[in-house]
Amino acid sequence: MDYLYLIISAILVNNIVLMQFLGICPFLGVSNKTSTAIGMSGAVLFVMVLATIMTFLVQKYVLDAFEIGYLQTISYILIIAALVQMVEIILKKVSPPLYQALGIYLPLITTNCAILGVAILVIQKDFDLMKSVVFAVGTSLGFAFALVLFAGIREQMELVKIPKGMKGVPIALIVAGILALAFQGFTGLVKI
Amino acid sequence: MGNFKIFTNGFVKENPVFVLVLGTCPTLAVTTSAMNGLGMGLATTFVLFMSNIVISMVKSAIPDKVRIPAFVVIIASFVTIIDLSMNAYVNDLHKSLGIFIPLIVVNCIVLGRAEAFASKNNVLKSFIDGLGMGIGFTIALVMLGSVREFLGGNAIFGHKIIEADGMLVFVLAPGAFICYGFLMALMNKLSKKLK
Repeated sequence: MDYLYLIISAILVNNIVLMQFLGICPFLGVSNKTSTAIGMSGAVLFVMVLATIMTFLVQKYVLDAFEIGYLQTISYILIIAALVQMVEIILKKVSPPLYQALGIYLPLITTNCAILGVAILVIQKDFDLMKSVVFAVGTSLGFAFALVLFAGIREQMELVKIPKGMKGVPIALIVAGILALAFQGFTGLVKI
Repeated sequence: MGNFKIFTNGFVKENPVFVLVLGTCPTLAVTTSAMNGLGMGLATTFVLFMSNIVISMVKSAIPDKVRIPAFVVIIASFVTIIDLSMNAYVNDLHKSLGIFIPLIVVNCIVLGRAEAFASKNNVLKSFIDGLGMGIGFTIALVMLGSVREFLGGNAIFGHKIIEADGMLVFVLAPGAFICYGFLMALMNKLSKKLK
């Protein structure tokens, strides 16, 4: 039951993009089409879960064990960068169709702050490994939910007449604001 | 390009927040008040010019293929320095900025300037560029923070301006997106007029 609450909270109540402002760059960058939004979401789900497991293990068995916690930021970002490269190489060999679907989004993920953000949050919240994985899955589903929703709206917006100065990013931000307003309605849905 | 021009480049013409739209995550997240915006802006400025200096110094020693990981390690070291020093000296600010201080590492402005400027120019120019970009980022953050604090709590930098209840929504998440969107539209309009 705990895990279910954790997932619902990560998707709706504390949505990573609209409530916690992590991963805004891909949120604004690849949300022009629903199909690219789905591809990006898949890549984020994959890398976020892997990265959270890796960084969690490194934190527990290397950083905590040798009391070098101050190296957290450096080691995490290196792990994530290396992981993304590795995933790219392995996918290319093992599953070419999956690579074709996710390939172009993978390099973008290294600078996606949602990945590093979740890795650090999990440690700050003192989750165990199982909880961390569930949290990572929930968070990336929340990211996917917001991204696909937003892409759908943006596709429709192509057909609308928009004032000159508002075109492009400004109107996208305001739409995101209204979307965030809607998500604000979920506050208090589950308590953790 | 003259040194002065490089310095002022980041203020309006290539403002990282309003024109280049880089580093949106901290921009939206920490600007609940003008003070938080200022703190975040100064922390990022420090990382920007320090990493620009070091990268322009060691650029010839780094092989082209591994330059991105090398840059990231340099940036991450300075982020760790600012993270630990802020925790020690300005603990309250450190608490309210929270997770977004370590996340300066993945702020696209820092890596973007390293890749686009510091890896091609000498130390002095890189320093000036980092400082200018940082100041542009700080100005934008303080602007956004002031607007949100004013609308949300009728105050700027903690000083009450009108005696009334604020609109709470502007301090919460939706207000961040909406204020940022309108400010960016305003900047677009103004910069078009200047041309």
